[in-house]
Amino acid sequence: MLGYTVRRILQMVPVVLGATFIIYALTFLMPGDPVAALTGSRPLPESTVQQIRLAYHLDDPFLVQYGNYMLGLLQGNFGIDFFGRPVLGLILERLPVTFALAMTAWVLKLAIGLAIGVYGGLRNGQAGDHFALVFTVIFLGIPGFVIALGAQTVFGVQLGWVDPAGIRAGWPLAFILPALVMAIEASAGLARLTRTSLVDVLRAEYLRTARAKGLSPRRVVWGHALRNAMIPVVTYLGLSLAGMLGGAVIIEAIFNMPGIGGLMVTAINNKEGTVVVGIATMLVLVYLVFNLLVDLLYGIIDPRVRI
Amino acid sequence: MSSTRKANSMGIHQHANPAADAADDVLLRVKDLEVEFNTSKGVATAVNGMNLEVKRGQALGILGESGSGKSVTARAIMGILDMPPAHIPRGEILLEGEDLLTVTPRRHRQLVGSRVTMVFQDALTALNPVHPVGRQIGELYRVHRGYSRRDAKAAAIKMMDKVRIPAAAKRVNDYPHQFSGGMRQRIVIAMALALDPVLLIADEPTTALDVTVQAQILELLKEQQEERNMGLILITHDISVVREVTDQVAVMYAGRVVEHGPTAEVLSRPGHPYSRGLAASIAGEELKGRRLPAILGTPPDLLHLPAGCSFANRCAFASEACAASVPALELIDEARHSACFHTSEVLAHANA
Repeated sequence: MLGYTVRRILQMVPVVLGATFIIYALTFLMPGDPVAALTGSRPLPESTVQQIRLAYHLDDPFLVQYGNYMLGLLQGNFGIDFFGRPVLGLILERLPVTFALAMTAWVLKLAIGLAIGVYGGLRNGQAGDHFALVFTVIFLGIPGFVIALGAQTVFGVQLGWVDPAGIRAGWPLAFILPALVMAIEASAGLARLTRTSLVDVLRAEYLRTARAKGLSPRRVVWGHALRNAMIPVVTYLGLSLAGMLGGAVIIEAIFNMPGIGGLMVTAINNKEGTVVVGIATMLVLVYLVFNLLVDLLYGIIDPRVRI
Repeated sequence: MSSTRKANSMGIHQHANPAADAADDVLLRVKDLEVEFNTSKGVATAVNGMNLEVKRGQALGILGESGSGKSVTARAIMGILDMPPAHIPRGEILLEGEDLLTVTPRRHRQLVGSRVTMVFQDALTALNPVHPVGRQIGELYRVHRGYSRRDAKAAAIKMMDKVRIPAAAKRVNDYPHQFSGGMRQRIVIAMALALDPVLLIADEPTTALDVTVQAQILELLKEQQEERNMGLILITHDISVVREVTDQVAVMYAGRVVEHGPTAEVLSRPGHPYSRGLAASIAGEELKGRRLPAILGTPPDLLHLPAGCSFANRCAFASEACAASVPALELIDEARHSACFHTSEVLAHANA
């Protein structure tokens, strides 16, 4: 188990290298000049521009810039932005908001998706199943931002149950509506996967065995079927957490939440490579860690892949 | 016998005589059982008027080809048919006098898994992959007997020892995939024997195993059956298995028993043309270098069973009567039944 974990962590190194390289290159290739973007319509004196370009190594070849950046990163230095603020500080300041939003949404999604999926799976082919199917199709079909804006208007503005924007109310009040919007949209896929997986498992021979042992239907489902049905779902859940972080960026913008999303958008507009890559690196790391956790959890659920 | 009393007081078994069954030591009596499947193409009759009887200490083989209704009958007895698509329009399944088709679900769960149990064809798929084997055996003691976790585990180890799994105490926490095929089947057998059943149904228990392991598993089943004086139903398409293990054999064709009697007699002097075909198809020394005698034609379409005898279109003895009506399962000598209008001709042919 330990050997496996270490091996998995070592495997992350090339992934992090590759991911940061691609993101860095993409930022570098973006059209427009970073300094010009910084100053807007009133150009700076040429000497100042030169000074900035020098200070941020903007005239160095791409690979040198990337190499410098990675050297800093290895020492835990994420660099500074154009206003001289350390990037790591900027990210850590905003990461908790995004993280809280994504995790809340993820947990809600888990609850909604599993509940609908298990319900549909157990009522395979009956009215309840069809209802669950219609529900998931509707929410799969509507774009997320439409649900977000609708929910914001109805619950935030018209009913006034929660603040329509901002995080003044703190967790959980300020996070519930945006998280719920994300969860409902994302739970549709989870519900369908859970349903299909459960229907498959309910047909398995070992469930016949369980019934032939004289077990109650409840024990057959909860004791024998569900854990098996969860095996494919767990893989999906880990991957979907990354999707949650991505989705959070959009939802943050709609609900005006000071998370990573806003920072990322500003940084891209300003062509601030260090910030963009810093955020991306952070997300890649979070993603990899969750994937590792999922794989380890997978082994606990399914003894056949235990190492 | 509380079960017998219950069946009597309910007064639902007009045909069956539970008292007589108890006296005769009849464990299981299947009467006129029909099982149909609703398919997209229509209703398929998988079991079509099945009659069967198993006594205490008796090993009964059910012999037949794929689709003859052997497994469906077993599943109907165990109550593990998927309904729908299956349904049972007619029949009785009397276990020690109690009709398993009409008892309450609660009573059914008390009987199945404890009084009557089953060994499945493929132990790998029959065992839950995510539970340790000890837990799967112990679950029976926990659910049916209310054992504690610890006692159930101890009982499971004992059972694993009984079916000769080496180092049972060490392996009790292992998962099914960590065992070999033969050992897995032993675990399934341990589960089936755990609560001292009166009747064990083994549905092709050795089909998924290689030949040497097959012999060991059959030996284990036979030995346990004799030791416990238990009823055993062995479902198979393998005539040699039937010959080695069973006292009685029921030959099935298109959802019916066509011949039923002592194994040695049925196989050596078949009274039904189909059993005759089966017995003749065994490869032996005298057939070396010659074509195997196969039964010509194919089994009937279960969606459109013929009005008369289902075997008539493949039968060398068939006459007009065979196409008109279905021959009943009738006594042909002391202990043998055959469902054929031409049994005497078939027997005469064998003697000649």
